[in-house]
Amino acid sequence: MTILHLLIPITLLMGMVGLLAFFWSLRTQQYEDLAGDAERILHDDDTPMPPRRKEEIK
Amino acid sequence: MMERLTVAERQMAMLLTAIVAMAGVLLGVIGRGDAMGVHGWITFIFAGALFFVVGNALYAAPPTEDRTISYYDDPTKIGILLSLFWAVIAMGMGVWVAAQLAWPELRFDAAWSSFGRIRPVHTSGVIFGFGGNALIATSYHVMQRTSRARLAGHVSPWFVLLGFNLFCIVAASGYLMGITQSKEYAEPEWYADIWLVIVWVAYFVLYMRTLARRNEPHIYVANWYYLAFILVVAVLHIVNNLAVPASFGAAKSYSAFSGVQDAMTQWWYGHNAVAFFLTAGFLGMLYYFLPKRAERPIYSYRLSILSFWGIVFFYIWAGSHHLHYTAVPQWVQTLGMTFSVMLLVPSWASAGNALMTLNGAWGKVRDDATLRFMMVAAVFYGLSTFEGSFMAVRAVNSLSHYTDWTIGHVHAGAMGWVALITFGSIYAVVPILWRKESMYSWKLVEWHFWLALSGTVVYVFAMWNSGIIQGLMWRTYSESGTLAYSFTDTLVAMHPYYVARTIGGAMFLAGAIIGSFNVVMTIRNVREGTPEQDFPTRSEAGEPAVPAAE
Repeated sequence: MTILHLLIPITLLMGMVGLLAFFWSLRTQQYEDLAGDAERILHDDDTPMPPRRKEEIK
Repeated sequence: MMERLTVAERQMAMLLTAIVAMAGVLLGVIGRGDAMGVHGWITFIFAGALFFVVGNALYAAPPTEDRTISYYDDPTKIGILLSLFWAVIAMGMGVWVAAQLAWPELRFDAAWSSFGRIRPVHTSGVIFGFGGNALIATSYHVMQRTSRARLAGHVSPWFVLLGFNLFCIVAASGYLMGITQSKEYAEPEWYADIWLVIVWVAYFVLYMRTLARRNEPHIYVANWYYLAFILVVAVLHIVNNLAVPASFGAAKSYSAFSGVQDAMTQWWYGHNAVAFFLTAGFLGMLYYFLPKRAERPIYSYRLSILSFWGIVFFYIWAGSHHLHYTAVPQWVQTLGMTFSVMLLVPSWASAGNALMTLNGAWGKVRDDATLRFMMVAAVFYGLSTFEGSFMAVRAVNSLSHYTDWTIGHVHAGAMGWVALITFGSIYAVVPILWRKESMYSWKLVEWHFWLALSGTVVYVFAMWNSGIIQGLMWRTYSESGTLAYSFTDTLVAMHPYYVARTIGGAMFLAGAIIGSFNVVMTIRNVREGTPEQDFPTRSEAGEPAVPAAE
């Protein structure tokens, strides 16, 4: 089963990427306001969008 | 649609289509005399036609509006229509395949219409053509709304959508010509696989760039599901399709792995294709469209995030349950079985979360067939994930494996979960995208719902019966220790169920045709307006509740 020498490292690596993404989401405070996050998708209107932040307009 | 592209973007699109068309010519010339050459010319015609579509509008007036204050929905619209087109084609193929199993003379003695060739047209057509287009289209819609940002780029969304459809066309036409690398759900040959990698990387980059420009600080859970779908499918696709072409002038290639090594790679891919293509992506749809349609937030947002990470970390280890009682080592089988059983937890967390969201809004479920599509999809998701965990147990698998029970399980998932959540989402999104007051006919949505539900139930019950009878007949011994039934005996016993399956599939197909008709009539015949249901509140329009990026 030499294939496991390939598949298991790849799978662990993908798990690592997932873990890093999870740590990133914790560090950037993605989970601070869960009730508000769930609610806010209901409040968007289709148009117009809020004006983009100035520093992002290029 | 061209008027929304700047002249520079139109030139870019012409350049890209020209490059793809030239690649098609190259493939056609070096592959002459082989089916690969035909694919070259198909690619040339596809990209060439797009080249002229863009070129025709090259000098039309450039866009004058401020493009950052609206969402870019043109690719979503085309994606929804393509998804419905593939649904009708692929489900039609499915009914034909099912009918062939009941009445083999329906093959009409042609090579291209044999079971082995049209079955992958059905499976790939449904999974990639119908499901894939729906995923791409809804992901464009959801990521823009939840990020409150326009798509990053105006050419790359088209490149991803149309490039993916080119892959689907090459795949389906290849099967009919007998091109396959004999890997389930990964049948297309090396050049199509390379093309899909290019398209998929562009998809990932587009998604990340759009998320990066979001105005909403939080990344909504649906985006995580879509992102996992894109990223994991890319890795799986690349590893499973590692192959050496027999010659660069022909389609035939040989897998980099052999025997049981290849089987392990295939089911590591195959099960995670179910996990991340047919589950994660569609859960993204569920977590956005179900709360939107029910006009209430998801019951437990915390649980939705927990089940996301549960699915990400558990699913990837479950593939070896497809190889019970084979040359794969016992511990690898047991590992796959254990993780499959553990998967029940995050799966039921999502299904329960969806149903609890509707708890207290059952009146809406009763009145609104669109919401009912989503509710029944969540129920089937719960049912088929339970069944999947159960079937992955080695002792159960000894009865169910290689029988029609597996087919029944797959279709409980594909028809009951994947297709129903997709149709529900399409009915929810079409009036919003085309700015229509409502769907053309709510009665037709009801018809579609009941046809789809009863078709699924007929299909799945037929296959459960057929599969269990088949499995029991295969393992029945006579007193002298020989097998009691011949293979032909099992075929005779299965025939009535095969007829029932064809009827169930035909009902489901009829529903899809009605749905496509309804969508087309909505676009053509319904008055423009703001669909009331689809805008839960008009107060504080577009204001993010939290100031962006403090």
